[in-house]
Amino acid sequence: MNKPNAAGMTRRQAFEARQRLRSAVIAATSTVVVASAIIWAVPRAPGWEKVQASFFNAEVFARSFPKLLDAFLINIMIFAWCAPAIAILGLLIALARDVRAPALYPLRILGAAYTDIFRGVPVILTVYLIGFGIPGLGLPRPWNSPYIWGSLALILTYAAYVAEIFRSGIDSVHESQRAAARSLGLSERQVMRDVVLPQAIRRVVPSQMNMLIALQKDVSLLSFIGPVEIFRQAGVFKSLLANFTPYVGAALIFLAVTIPATRYADYLMAKQARERS
Amino acid sequence: MAKLELREVIKAFDDKTVCDGIDLDVEVGEMVCLIGASGAGKSTLLRCINLLEPIDDGAIYLDDTDIAEPGFDPLLVRRRVGMVFQSYNLFPHMTAAENVMLAPRRVTGRSRADLKDEAEALFAQFGLVDQMAKYPDQLSGGQQQRVAIVRALAMRPEVMLFDEITSALDPQLVGEVLDALRALKSQGMTMVLATHEMGFAREAADKVCFLKHGRILEEGPAETLFQAPQNAETQAFLARALK
Repeated sequence: MNKPNAAGMTRRQAFEARQRLRSAVIAATSTVVVASAIIWAVPRAPGWEKVQASFFNAEVFARSFPKLLDAFLINIMIFAWCAPAIAILGLLIALARDVRAPALYPLRILGAAYTDIFRGVPVILTVYLIGFGIPGLGLPRPWNSPYIWGSLALILTYAAYVAEIFRSGIDSVHESQRAAARSLGLSERQVMRDVVLPQAIRRVVPSQMNMLIALQKDVSLLSFIGPVEIFRQAGVFKSLLANFTPYVGAALIFLAVTIPATRYADYLMAKQARERS
Repeated sequence: MAKLELREVIKAFDDKTVCDGIDLDVEVGEMVCLIGASGAGKSTLLRCINLLEPIDDGAIYLDDTDIAEPGFDPLLVRRRVGMVFQSYNLFPHMTAAENVMLAPRRVTGRSRADLKDEAEALFAQFGLVDQMAKYPDQLSGGQQQRVAIVRALAMRPEVMLFDEITSALDPQLVGEVLDALRALKSQGMTMVLATHEMGFAREAADKVCFLKHGRILEEGPAETLFQAPQNAETQAFLARALK
């Protein structure tokens, strides 16, 4: 039955090799057809000449790209201080929503109200309200900086989402783990810190990676209240050169960061799914 | 080691009574086996003794102290009463050695270095020295369950509770875990087991209790209960279980 054939394959291996070849041929043909259709059709669209001139102008691209990269450093900077603050605040809120002590009941209400409010308001609105509202109180420099209040708006919004993800992780740790830890004489706090949280945090790493990617993009919302980060810088070039190509350049810079990060998050998710099955 | 006395223990979940007036005496160094069909209340009874579940009425005396008194600090009880579960419940993010040292570190405040020799001696006693640095998912079921026993023993308990600890194991791994129980018994540990291992109960238990619907229908020395059960329900259960 399983005698290898001339090529050294069993009948099943030979069959699967034929199947793979067939799939590959179909996929390649269909890709070529679709790609040629796009390459043929798009330049024949009536407005293509204009679009090409205003979005894909090589000269404008070369002129604006280095400055855009510089401006992107500001995005990275804002991202770099927001991310850890979000992680800490998010974890604290997740824990606050699960406290049992009656004296801390207000914390639970506060935690619940917090997540409801900040998940319910569009990020850009929070950025406006906090970014313009608080410096409007007449704070002296440097305390009226949009960097501070814009970052705070991002931190408050993202911490609400991150807290919910941490909570789902905490809930996913099986009750039997808590029972085992309690049976050893550990207090509720020790059970949470030593047994539940380490497992919960590991489980939500892929989901939190996705939050980081979203945050990376939303840093650009701060451009509306002042900081000249990459989106704002691209806007400056657009006005200066009367051309949209800088926006394409900015998009490419974002993609250079987010695509690898997204792939990595997907890889972590897939790895986790394999480990649990 | 300590002794246990249960008096009229009642435990209900919503309107389902799981322990319906249980009286049980476990003398120092005695091994008591609870047998009966699934759902008879064996596991719940063990969880009540450990105060993982609060009882509704009755008393549980641990060396003459009523630990079931509402308001009694459960941490004090759990540090004296060890428990091992059917599904091992090792902490997957820690090595076997860390699993064992966690509770002594947290409860007594001693350091890893300070506890290492003691832990190693316990691992050696159960033939597990080579597994100390491994994570639970690198161990067989039998090894995991023996590590779980070591983990409970590291708190130097005076009573040990075992909740069907061989039920999740492949048949060829049951023996090594039962050997660990025999070793504990020979050291004079007070033990209460919920078990489906009738052969083991008959050979090793000082006393066997047959439970049904949250009541102890019959109890007695292992030999008597297995050879000449008096209660018709016990007879029927044993006839099925020993077939």
